[in-house]
Amino acid sequence: MAKRIEVSGLNVYYGDFKAVEDVSMTIEPRSVTAFIGPSGCGKSTYLRTLNRMHEVIPGARVEGKVLLDQQDLYATGVDPVAVRRVVGMVFQRPNPFPTMSIFDNVASGLKLNGVKDRKKLTQVVEESLQGANLWNEVKDRLDKPGAGLSGGQQQRLCIARAIAVEPEVILMDEPCSALDPISTLAIEDLIEKLKDRFTVVIVTHNMQQAARVSDQTAFFNLAATGKPGRLIEMGPTKQIFSNPTEKATEDYITGRFG
Amino acid sequence: MSSPDGTEPPGRPAGPEPKIEDLVDETGPALRFDALAEETDDDGRRTGGTAVATKDDSKKELALGPVGHLGDRLFSGLAHGSGAVVILIVAFVGVFLLALAIPALADNNSNFLFSRVWEPGGAEPRFGIAALFYTTLISSVIAMVIAVPIAIGVALFVTYYAPRRIATPVAHAVDLLAAVPSIVYGLWGALFFAPILLPVINGLSSALGWIPVFDKAPGDNVGVIFTVSVVLAIMILPVVTAISREIFAQTPISHREGALALGATRWEMVRMAVLPYGRSGVVSASMLGLGRALGETVAVMIILTVPNGNDPWDPSIFAGGETFASKIANNAAEFDSPEKTGAFIAAGLVLFVVTFLVNSAARLIVARSAPGAKRPRRNRRAGATEGASA
Amino acid sequence: MTAIVENKPAYDGKALDLTGRSGARAFKNTLATVLIVLAFVIAIIPLVWILWTVISKGYHLLLNAEWWSQSQRGITVRREGGGAYHAIMGTLIMALITAAIAVPIAILGAVYLVEYGKGTKVARAVSFMIDILTGVPSIVAALFIYAVWITVFGFNRVGFAVSLSLVLLMLPVVLRSTEEMLKLVPDELREASYALGVPKWKTILKVVVPTAFGGIITGVMLGLARVMGETAPLLILVGYSKNINLNPFEGFMGALPTMINQDRTELALQPAADRVWAAALTLILLVLALNLLARLVARFSTIKSK
Repeated sequence: MAKRIEVSGLNVYYGDFKAVEDVSMTIEPRSVTAFIGPSGCGKSTYLRTLNRMHEVIPGARVEGKVLLDQQDLYATGVDPVAVRRVVGMVFQRPNPFPTMSIFDNVASGLKLNGVKDRKKLTQVVEESLQGANLWNEVKDRLDKPGAGLSGGQQQRLCIARAIAVEPEVILMDEPCSALDPISTLAIEDLIEKLKDRFTVVIVTHNMQQAARVSDQTAFFNLAATGKPGRLIEMGPTKQIFSNPTEKATEDYITGRFG
Repeated sequence: MSSPDGTEPPGRPAGPEPKIEDLVDETGPALRFDALAEETDDDGRRTGGTAVATKDDSKKELALGPVGHLGDRLFSGLAHGSGAVVILIVAFVGVFLLALAIPALADNNSNFLFSRVWEPGGAEPRFGIAALFYTTLISSVIAMVIAVPIAIGVALFVTYYAPRRIATPVAHAVDLLAAVPSIVYGLWGALFFAPILLPVINGLSSALGWIPVFDKAPGDNVGVIFTVSVVLAIMILPVVTAISREIFAQTPISHREGALALGATRWEMVRMAVLPYGRSGVVSASMLGLGRALGETVAVMIILTVPNGNDPWDPSIFAGGETFASKIANNAAEFDSPEKTGAFIAAGLVLFVVTFLVNSAARLIVARSAPGAKRPRRNRRAGATEGASA
Repeated sequence: MTAIVENKPAYDGKALDLTGRSGARAFKNTLATVLIVLAFVIAIIPLVWILWTVISKGYHLLLNAEWWSQSQRGITVRREGGGAYHAIMGTLIMALITAAIAVPIAILGAVYLVEYGKGTKVARAVSFMIDILTGVPSIVAALFIYAVWITVFGFNRVGFAVSLSLVLLMLPVVLRSTEEMLKLVPDELREASYALGVPKWKTILKVVVPTAFGGIITGVMLGLARVMGETAPLLILVGYSKNINLNPFEGFMGALPTMINQDRTELALQPAADRVWAAALTLILLVLALNLLARLVARFSTIKSK
């Protein structure tokens, strides 16, 4: 489990518009890497290229290399579906499948991959829910709809769903922005626990959150509206927050941005 | 109108979807407020209220009454009246049809619901709707069974498979099918389409002919229930497709991405996110299509051969027959006596009730299990209050 | 899986298979794609076929000025010539009368539902009645008018009776679409108007309805398109006349659907067959023109609101 991501010279386009320009970085396995930056700087777009989710948007395309332990995710013959199985994703708003029970939500990824054995499914569902710190809250109502949970529980359900297929990497796109502070805390605790097993990448607008949960921080910015977003600097979280090399980073972190 | 998770559904058909900012800009009606405010209404009373009053003269008393302007009362009366007209119309339809059907039913010497004879004239009128009911229902149900899977396929093709450049023209083209009048379907169906169905009819009947429903009398008659069903299927395809398309397109992107992020293929994404979300919409669309098929008149009348009155009744879908609607239309010339007319009106009433039941079922299904959209919304609210427990 | 690895190796060495899914899943996905494309092809075939049939068989008569200016007066099924003027006018007259009756009731009814009756029992009753009307088959609407107009009042079969029955079919279409459009008008607009001291009725007439205008017109066009293609009420409520009759209150009246119906039993005769397809094409063009107009209005009004 857990693989290193090496990105080099990555450009992202929406049609003719260049959204992200020339990003190169290495994301260490079994660590949490946070992407911070102002809205519209391309950090979410960039995150999506790490499991080729950007391809859902018509007209989006990518130049450059994304290596997952030296395997190029954009090489010919690579199936985006297989990539997403290996690089899981958690979204801004919790999105459990509304028609499925809690159990089925967690088991959905396994079922896709042809696991039918009930015993195996039950075991993985329990492990995943425990892994997502949700087991104790839902173990008595696994057959109830997943949409019946609170927002924070739903988000942890989505995390359980993502880890059930045992991915190498988990991408999180502002996973707490739709949650209240207490649910946010629960997710942050969970992220801390997840990095023992997975490579975790998280996009967040909340700088305290980035400082709390991440080992590495990458700051994205754009020169002006309409210009592509770029990676300004990346380094250990402590250093980025206490002693950034770039002026722009410091301005953003200290709130003098804009 | 965006879906509950705040994402914009893709490919929604262009329709006015006013946003506040849009409407309050210079070209929108907002500007007219000032003009309106300074206008006075018919009786010369100021309608501008305080805004105007303070502007022109503070000595004048403010016109704050009386409650209810003449214009308001008139307009509200008109609106209420129109509501009442709608209720009255439907009440009249029901009452008149019943009033004319009841005497005929009272004189009927045969069981109206279970008899297959239709001899409403004469001294001893005998008529029953069993055969009409059977033909109407079976032709429409087969039409639905054929049309719905194709409609779902086309709707999925337009929403999630075809590239945009192809999808929009295809959607318009299928809508175009709805613009073809039913009499044209009837003519085309009888003259051009029915002949190519003959091999299908022969093949099916020789394979399954041991079941009475698929049994076929010798001869090359293509003016049969099966042909009608296929043409009806083509006719209801646009309706079912249009509604399914709209509901599929509204599947929240978060559901679809949730599936894709798990490594689902496109089809698995459709099965996990799109179909469950759109299920009730598709069911209700199918019911509406069924309702259309049940009431279709001219196309059925043109295609379906009317069996000779002396022939024994044939339950086969490879035989001719008459539906409620085609029976009434075929015999419009016979509405010469109140008894005869009453019999046809009674048949029309049954058709009315059946289509009403089907349409109500469609609405009930929609109201019961509204497309996923409603549920998460309720739960998000619940989630916000329960948040502390998480 | 839960074991924590202390020393991080550069790469864990195990290569992942990223080339594709299992055969069964890929197969299912391909199969579904094939079926869906197939459904599309199946749906397109009848469309192309019908349009081709009607256009190829009907277009040449439409090229004659005669077709648009003359009636079928004195022309037997075996003879060529004559036009569809009587039928086009009949169809248009009946549709216009229908619209003149149905549209005001429909718009006011929708205004009642959205602006006045919201949530009341009466509004629910009106809404329910609209639902019933939506499902009324055209033949039943025709029978009802027959029962009232001819059986009870003893009037003759005339064009106006057809219009009355078409009102029943058009009313729910226009009312529902108007209702949807009025609902889309944000409450903030109404409140802004009230806050300026504008009375409710003026708010509705000058703010709400104009905002929803494009959508309302679209609904009217679609409603008209629906009733113009109806044949059943024509069969029952008015006789077909080959002569020009512009009076909806007296005498039989020609209409395009009944013109088709008139000659369809004589299709073996070339002149009759030509007329049938030409009338069908004319009818489709009329309905299509209305549909296109509706779409144009919709597009125009969306652009305006952007």
